[in-house]
Amino acid sequence: MKNPQEIFEILSAQFPDANIQIDASLPVEPIISVNPLKINVISKFLAENNEMLFDSLMNLSGVDDANGTKTKDEDGNDVINGGTLSVYYHLHATKLNHKITLKVSAPRENPEVESVENIWKTANWHEREAFDMLGIKFLNHPDLRRILMPYDWEAGYPLRKDYKNPEFYQGMKVTY
Amino acid sequence: MALKTEELVLNMGPQHPSTHGVLRLELELEGEVVTNVKPHLGYLHRCFEKHCEAMTYPQVIPYTDRMDYLASMYNNFGYVVGVEKLLGIQVPERVEYIRVIMGELQRIASHLVALGTYGLDIGAFTPFLYCFIDREKILNLFEITCGARLLYNYMWVGGLSHDIHPDFVRLTKEFIPYFRPHIKELNDLLTYNKIFIERTVNIGVLPIDTAINYGASGPVLRGSGMKWDLRKNDPYSIYDRFDFDIPTGKNGDCWDRYYVRVLEMEQSLRIIEQAIDQIPDGDVQSAIPKRIKPPKGTVYSRVENPKGELGYFIISDGSTSPFRVKVRAPSFVNLSVIGEMCKGHLVADVVAILGSIDIVLGEVDR
Amino acid sequence: MGLLDKEFTDGNIVIAKADDILNWARLSSLWQLSFGLACCAIEMMATSASHYDFDRFGVMPRPTPRQADVIIISGTVTLKMATRIKRLYEQMPDPKYIISMGSCSNCGGPYWEHGYHVLKGVDRVIPVDVYVPGCPPRPEALLEGLLKLQEKIRNESLVKKTA
Repeated sequence: MKNPQEIFEILSAQFPDANIQIDASLPVEPIISVNPLKINVISKFLAENNEMLFDSLMNLSGVDDANGTKTKDEDGNDVINGGTLSVYYHLHATKLNHKITLKVSAPRENPEVESVENIWKTANWHEREAFDMLGIKFLNHPDLRRILMPYDWEAGYPLRKDYKNPEFYQGMKVTY
Repeated sequence: MALKTEELVLNMGPQHPSTHGVLRLELELEGEVVTNVKPHLGYLHRCFEKHCEAMTYPQVIPYTDRMDYLASMYNNFGYVVGVEKLLGIQVPERVEYIRVIMGELQRIASHLVALGTYGLDIGAFTPFLYCFIDREKILNLFEITCGARLLYNYMWVGGLSHDIHPDFVRLTKEFIPYFRPHIKELNDLLTYNKIFIERTVNIGVLPIDTAINYGASGPVLRGSGMKWDLRKNDPYSIYDRFDFDIPTGKNGDCWDRYYVRVLEMEQSLRIIEQAIDQIPDGDVQSAIPKRIKPPKGTVYSRVENPKGELGYFIISDGSTSPFRVKVRAPSFVNLSVIGEMCKGHLVADVVAILGSIDIVLGEVDR
Repeated sequence: MGLLDKEFTDGNIVIAKADDILNWARLSSLWQLSFGLACCAIEMMATSASHYDFDRFGVMPRPTPRQADVIIISGTVTLKMATRIKRLYEQMPDPKYIISMGSCSNCGGPYWEHGYHVLKGVDRVIPVDVYVPGCPPRPEALLEGLLKLQEKIRNESLVKKTA
């Protein structure tokens, strides 16, 4: 059983060029952040290495960090420029009983993260949901399309902080 | 002369008596044999996560009720445990005991609905009525405590909304010996019935490695043979003080998943029996903070819902409303395995397999 | 209904208005489309179980809209589902009635403010006869809604158009 600091040291020794950092300053759990385009090889290592054996992905969530600059566009609505969108991975090893949290951040204008679907099949639907709600594109995903919103929803990605509701959808009034 | 064959696409649409809610399944058939199942979700997407960002921490709790509406006590439990970890507060002992008792009663109620409607899917009408009679007794217990039958808003951050009624302990002690013979009656009616066995044994077999890779949890994982229960393997609240078993199945087919639920009801009765005698005195509202403003940070807390592992990932930015709440719903993840389980079965078996996963659409779509 | 059960004294001959007989027949056997969306559906199932029986009013669940008289919209109506509800409503044959059960289908419910995917009230797509408030309404409240619908049917007339 390992604690996050040991896992961080093993990872930075194995992948020196993937910009791995650990942040243990905030409660409750320490977070290891990784380059978004290297997450696939790192996850493969974490799943198959005999000391790690992370065979279950508990949760995968997309987050809008809202750390860009807020401006107003021509209609007077808030628009956020710059900043990042992040994806958090919570991993767990059932045989060795340790947990770890990973984080990747991608720029808001063109968020691209590698998919981990070929390692843990549960990521298939979680990544589709992150794409649907936040617009994060997962490279090499077998079937990336909307999962919760209607397939012809044009009005954007709902969980972004600067999302604005459309007035009508197929003839029905959306707002109260 | 060779016959020309084609693949048929059959739509089990959002309005269907057996899909447990609004779920659309697109089946691709070769004759009567299913080759692929594609679920389409989102017909009950109620924007829970957007609401969390606009409400304060206590105001989120009624919204968590409405996700898995058959086990609302447990939804509250998961959220409250997460926020308490972030705040770093410790709740009084009385609150912990009452939370465990309510949670286990809720588990029995949720499994009763699952078993009753599963019998209805297979074609048996009587177990449905019998299960709902027993469920009314449990809902009566909840009603005298907090006033609501289905969506309680009972567990608050740091305590509970109401203390238990003076008659609650006596009525619960009367419920336990009343309910035990009813589990045996359910077994006589449904579990060992020859027609039920023919329709569920060796249908929808799920091997253990596939189950872990797809993230299945709860009775779906235990039915495949893995002894994994968050109340024992990753304990929260005071579950480590009670003595109970974890039932598992052998084959991973529909009958095993069904039987695991029946045995879990018996184990929940054991936990309630042990807890109801040990409730200490105290004030259930003494630890509720006046203003909930957690420090900046993140937490992932998980509890054992009747359907599986329910996880809440809460990010706080130091203000009175959460910055982001992501719910890892067990039914959402369990439903993704249906493609693997249905290959090679007949159309009627798809109904049996879907019923044995026990999904709740409010949780799948949030 | 009371006016009809006193008439059986004289060799099983009943004299009543055609309006009354048709309305009595319609309100006593309202076959409902089994259509549960969300939490209110569980209360609807509890109403049709044995504690608060629905069947004693003549209400039977039918799986297909072509054989149903009444549809009880129980639960939140989302934008994705609203087009399907409209189609189901058009598939039901006349005379048809709608009961809107619960706060979400009356007016959007707790999701009225920030729900980007919730239709604020099912009466934006189909015409509703009876609204039953509650979140979720108790089974007794749903039974009262059904009785109000029966009263509405009792006052219908073949000659005067009501809706």
